[in-house]
Amino acid sequence: MSTTSPTSTAGTVRSITAVLAATGLGLAALTACGSSDSGDGSDGGSGSKTVTLVSHDSFAYSKDVLKDFEEKSGYEVKVLKDGDAGQAVNKAILTKGNPQGDVFFGVDNTLLSRALDNGLFQPYEAEDADLVLPGYRADTDEHRVTPIDSGDICVNYDKAYFSERKLAPPTSFDDLVKPAYKNLLVTENASTSSPGLGFLLGTAARYGDDGWQGYWKKLKANGVKVVDGWEQAYNEEFSGSAGGKKAKGDRPLVVSYASSPPAEVIYADPRPKTAPTGVAEDTCFRQVEYAGLLSNAKNPKGGKALVDFLLSKEFQEDMPLNMFVQPVREGAQVPREFTEFGPQAEDPETLDPAKIADHRDDWVKSWTSLVLK
Amino acid sequence: MALPVAFFAVFFAYPVAAITARGLKSDGTWRFGRIWDVLAQPDIRHVLWFTTWQALASTALTLLIALPGAYVFARFDFRGKQVLRAVVTVPFVLPTVVVGTAFLALLGRGGLLDELWGVRLDTTVWAILLAHVFFNYAVVVRTVGGLWSQLDPRQEEAARMLGASRFAAWRRVTLPALGPAVAAAALMVFLFTFTSFGVVQILGGPTFSTLEVEIYRQTSEIFDLSTAAVLTLVQFAAVGAILAVHAWTVRRRETALRLVDAASTARRPRGAGQWALLAAVLATIAVLLVLPLAVLVERSLDAPGLGYYRALTSDEGGLFLVPPIDAVGNSLRYALAATAVALVIGGLAAAALTRRDAGRLVRGFDALLMLPLGVSAVTVGFGFLIALDEPPLDLRSSWILVPLAQALVGVPFVVRTMLPVLRAVDGRLREAAAVLGASPWRVWREVDLPMVRRALLIAAGFAFAVSLGEFGATVFIARPDNPTLPVAVARLLGRAGELNYGQAMALSTILMVVCAVALLALERLRIGLRSDRTGEF
Repeated sequence: MSTTSPTSTAGTVRSITAVLAATGLGLAALTACGSSDSGDGSDGGSGSKTVTLVSHDSFAYSKDVLKDFEEKSGYEVKVLKDGDAGQAVNKAILTKGNPQGDVFFGVDNTLLSRALDNGLFQPYEAEDADLVLPGYRADTDEHRVTPIDSGDICVNYDKAYFSERKLAPPTSFDDLVKPAYKNLLVTENASTSSPGLGFLLGTAARYGDDGWQGYWKKLKANGVKVVDGWEQAYNEEFSGSAGGKKAKGDRPLVVSYASSPPAEVIYADPRPKTAPTGVAEDTCFRQVEYAGLLSNAKNPKGGKALVDFLLSKEFQEDMPLNMFVQPVREGAQVPREFTEFGPQAEDPETLDPAKIADHRDDWVKSWTSLVLK
Repeated sequence: MALPVAFFAVFFAYPVAAITARGLKSDGTWRFGRIWDVLAQPDIRHVLWFTTWQALASTALTLLIALPGAYVFARFDFRGKQVLRAVVTVPFVLPTVVVGTAFLALLGRGGLLDELWGVRLDTTVWAILLAHVFFNYAVVVRTVGGLWSQLDPRQEEAARMLGASRFAAWRRVTLPALGPAVAAAALMVFLFTFTSFGVVQILGGPTFSTLEVEIYRQTSEIFDLSTAAVLTLVQFAAVGAILAVHAWTVRRRETALRLVDAASTARRPRGAGQWALLAAVLATIAVLLVLPLAVLVERSLDAPGLGYYRALTSDEGGLFLVPPIDAVGNSLRYALAATAVALVIGGLAAAALTRRDAGRLVRGFDALLMLPLGVSAVTVGFGFLIALDEPPLDLRSSWILVPLAQALVGVPFVVRTMLPVLRAVDGRLREAAAVLGASPWRVWREVDLPMVRRALLIAAGFAFAVSLGEFGATVFIARPDNPTLPVAVARLLGRAGELNYGQAMALSTILMVVCAVALLALERLRIGLRSDRTGEF
């Protein structure tokens, strides 16, 4: 067995004291900064001055815009980010009896029915509900949700690849199955990735309940590659993105967002004059994100004010460069970079949320066995 | 004892039980029939089969590649050994989001294998297996190498003297002594690969799915809680069995072996054969472990004037409300708090487990504390949400939940590090002190503490490094916008644009360096620890 080691006791005691003191200090500091975070969470009774927004990890905004709302309304806004979009919705449903906040933002049209069928929201018609552009409206009878933003999931292409080969980039779903574009497209797993699912739904909207499987058979025969998530597809496999260039990506077509090309410009230093990537305009599926007042909200009054704020001109115009989405409010201005480098699709595919709810699981299942196995 | 049990019950057992029950109960009645329905599905059976065989294959491959490494680290003395031992441990504590990206640089298109031989292994099962080796190399080197370095080489020499061939001497003398450590390491690797999540998701592509990935999909994407609950139970049973066997091998290992000071057994390599072995091991480490890490660093520097690092300090861009660099501070704070919690809980548990009158029940608790390592983070995260929602335990939106979740992962490391050292303290010393009139507190302070001080610091360091890289539980907990490093990296990677990608690489590099520094400090401590019995980590 091992022997015991006679260490110098005085030195030991001194250093232990130091360690303990350091730990204690650290903890004290933590408690101090922690209490300012969490202390206000408990006083959520009616008439409370705190209103809590639950959202997903991609929720982003400008500080001064929110501060402006806080000053005008007198509410203090607390934001909780609760995982990716799917997780955030599932968690909100799990906790609907005792919700974590008052308003939930970030349920999209592919998950809307799950939220509504589970009674996640209570009715509230936002002040400016009539200013929502007609194409985005949903649940117009009961007003349980308010549309906040939209984004199109589209095939992006690497401009350099196609111009070097003097090949016209594809523009439509039909193009993608042509021999000229063999082995060029990478997409995401429809069962785990939201753009992957959006692309599948786009094909289902375009070719109908019976036609989309035939389309995917052709796409598979034309060498479509499927990876699990957007990050791998866009940052590793796609040859047009900054990450993909470093990773020597060799697929010049990727399923991404209509807002990806402007992001390639805005997050480049120095900024290029034109975006390195483009959007195949007839391959888009429209995603709309909604917000709603949670069923058992502790501060419904504040929650209503917050929903109104999310649809206000100020917030709608702040969204595009923070979340790379389009506003849904009539007259909201889109920043110049946005329109210049990433035109919005004129006629994206759409599907009724109820129809998505009915078919989603079956479609994903048959897609999985058709494409992945 | 009461505190660790309470901690474990409230922050692990209760939430996991709550979410499992939610899945298996409908309208107030249990529906155990679901278990057979789910297990009868061919898809699920396929997942179970793949999970098992890839874990077996990964474990075998890890042992094959890492055992020579364990020997080299145990028996040879060479320059830079300390640094290298820290470096091989870095992957173990890095989040998989980061590593997956880096690993593609080795196996993917344009990677080393592709350039040399035109071989691409991404989205094949080989990518998964090799990445598992990458992650678990350190487990074998530290567990087996730690013991190997303390086996008295004279025993083997004596056998040689008596006429045994070199192989026979190794097989009859060293191997039996080493056996339990190899078994323990193998079981840990099996546990980690059986419950593998990020690696399989990122490198395997959509065709491969382990039980853990399937639980995540069912909970997080498909929202089929009853299937998820069944799978959780299956994984629970499997992990429980693995841990039971592990506990048994650990106990066997703690039976008396003649151990010597590690410093006296290592020497410079002699002869061409030994130098070749050293070179081979170093080359393996360079290709398999260092190269993927180096790719991250290289990509983070790929902008003029450290552009990506400078961008980290700016709060423009909107993805975060604070400059991304603040994630470093958040991570350090959370990790410190998690370490403090893990030390208190783990230390008390280890102390309780050392007591001579510790019965069966208490020893069982030892294995139980390891369970969080084998339970899906998404299960724990969702469990927190529905279990801890009533005062006085309404912690759902409190910052403390993050360090608590991280501490769950840290506690097993603390226990495993402290236990052997505490057990080695001669009980008679305590008795002597008590006879001389010392209070129990004073006995602990003046007898136990000085002897376990270093082990305590090592445990703290490991818990710290593990918390720092912890991703799963952190990301499944709702939190105000103060992201930790791994969470910030994941979020940056989730966005288009060069600066986002570059910043993700830069933050990953920072995370790596912080982990490496913490681990290197541990190496320094180990040197001073005369009886090098710091458990398997």
